Amino acid sequence: MLYFSIMIEIKDLHKSYRTGNNSLHVLKGINFTVSEGEMVSIMGSSGSGKSTLLNILGILDEADEGTYHLDGTEIKNLNERVAAKYRNKFLGFIFQSFNLINYKSALDNVAMPLYYQGVNRNVRTEKAMHYLEKVGLANWADHLPNELSGGQKQRVAIARALASDPKVLLADEPTGALDTKTSYEVMELIQGINDEGKTILVVTHEDDIAHMTKRIVNLQDGIILDDSEVKQVRAKDAMKKALAHV
Amino acid sequence: MSKIFSRDSWSEIIQALSSNWFRTLLTAFGVLWGIFILVILLAAGNGLENGVKQGFSGMATNSMFMWAQTASKPYKGLPKGRRYNFKIGDVDAIKQNVPNLRFVSPRNQLGGFRGANNVTRGLKTGAYNVYGDYPEIIKQQPMDITSGRFINYADINDKRKVAIIGESVKTGLYDPGEQPIGTYIKINGVNFMVIGTYKKKSNGGGDAEEAQKEIYVPFTSFSQAFNMGERVGWMAITAQDGSSITKLKDQVFDVVKSRHSIHPEDDRAVGSFDLYEEYSKINGLFVALNFVAYFVGILVLLSGIIGISNIMLIVVKERTKEIGIRRALGATPWSIRAQVLLESIFLTIISGMAGIVLASGVLALVNYFMEGMDTSDMMFLNPSVNIGVVLIALLILIVSGLLAGLIPAQNAIKVKPVDALRTE
Repeated sequence: MLYFSIMIEIKDLHKSYRTGNNSLHVLKGINFTVSEGEMVSIMGSSGSGKSTLLNILGILDEADEGTYHLDGTEIKNLNERVAAKYRNKFLGFIFQSFNLINYKSALDNVAMPLYYQGVNRNVRTEKAMHYLEKVGLANWADHLPNELSGGQKQRVAIARALASDPKVLLADEPTGALDTKTSYEVMELIQGINDEGKTILVVTHEDDIAHMTKRIVNLQDGIILDDSEVKQVRAKDAMKKALAHV
Repeated sequence: MSKIFSRDSWSEIIQALSSNWFRTLLTAFGVLWGIFILVILLAAGNGLENGVKQGFSGMATNSMFMWAQTASKPYKGLPKGRRYNFKIGDVDAIKQNVPNLRFVSPRNQLGGFRGANNVTRGLKTGAYNVYGDYPEIIKQQPMDITSGRFINYADINDKRKVAIIGESVKTGLYDPGEQPIGTYIKINGVNFMVIGTYKKKSNGGGDAEEAQKEIYVPFTSFSQAFNMGERVGWMAITAQDGSSITKLKDQVFDVVKSRHSIHPEDDRAVGSFDLYEEYSKINGLFVALNFVAYFVGILVLLSGIIGISNIMLIVVKERTKEIGIRRALGATPWSIRAQVLLESIFLTIISGMAGIVLASGVLALVNYFMEGMDTSDMMFLNPSVNIGVVLIALLILIVSGLLAGLIPAQNAIKVKPVDALRTE
């Protein structure tokens, strides 16, 4: 595939946390570029700074030093209103703990980003329904999150992340709370979305999940240890293998 | 802003509030109780005020009564302790010299408290107060004419010997069912024809029974029949609306003093009772009572509002993660703040309305039970609040809902999305 435009570009990124009198230097100069349509996994042990990096990429947190361009827009000193707008417009989040709103139906959860875009109700419902169909949960639209299985919850979360048609999907340990089979199903879905051209970043510490992306960035102690393209393992094949093994 | 009133915002609020019904109800109860107490207190104050003021109803409250006493200072060669009487000429002099007076009614009186029998009709006798009056007196001391008519100026000019009798006089002197109009009664040996009957309300808590035991005859006939000459027993003076009798009364006294050679600084020569002053005192009492009702009611309401504020703080704390999710999905700080504020205002207004409805229900019930009773002497009548007070209460509710939500809303947006999401 040809990479046309650069989606994420960070240069010399630093971030430290202050706890009392101690300062913890978490990111020590990260340089990193993601082009449109890429599927990248960020790996690293806990404390390597991968979550911090993802928060900065997700405009949930701000870097101390360095620059961050998202689809050509510089992300710097944003006030909360603009940050919220950018998050809504550019980014879709998928969390380890799904983070669905538990008193809203699956459909309403998916429609939330559209609500904040000011899309009118009918269009919203229609679009949300479309994405629920895409993740195969059209029949569960009226169910509350606690009536769904973990895999189904994560699919709803994926549908929600897709609903605002973002430039980049950010997934923070998307399979961390799921068993292997469900993990592979979710990854299959994410791969499918990537096949359609969406740029995806996955933070994980699981090797097999990382190998289902096209590129692995290894983070250790706040610097990039290794950044290389890998041959993508299709989740469907991995599943077959796993099943055969059993 | 337009988002605030959209269907979506409201369904969000309903969803959020109904996710914990029991807590929402408990919270709402605080405000409901507050506004209930406020309305009931105001209504009770109003009822008391209505009850007391019904004694004054129709009465010209801007009035005073004055009578002659004895001179307490020597003046122009006259000794102190001298007795004097108002004369009929004083009336015109007062009218001419003091502006803004509406009525100046001279009065004479026979009989009195525990007086001897002075009225007879056939074999029946009774002790009644007999007044010689001008027609204006009915506007100063209102009474309902139940049959016939009251005194008019033809009676005054022709010195007709006619009388208007109270309902109790009628029951005392007549057989049940007997029609008094056109019959004669003998007052101190002089025959008067009965031309009307009246019924009076009690005078500001006075004896209602005694008030019906009066007989009114024309002033001029009274003077002639009972040898009063030019003497006037006392006067009822009413000022025009807009000028207070309390301010005018000194001018009236001055006129009287100069006409009767009384020392200008002799304050004890003229006795008076200022109804307006008494009325103002009672009015002041009710202003104070109203103030107390507002004070107590608003304090109770305040505790309800603090309850709401508290619960909203807990709700925000509980929903920290949800707020984080919403912000990650693109909720602006303003939309988060607006939601908390709207929730708080909505909760306050709904529970406040419920309180007002409940209070109105209780008042309607009280009124329903009071309807069957004779309330004319109960000192409590028609407890109610007017729509203005309800609107004020509603305004207080909106403002307080806003205040209750302010701190929680600020707390909600202080949460950083990344911290909120980390809360497990």
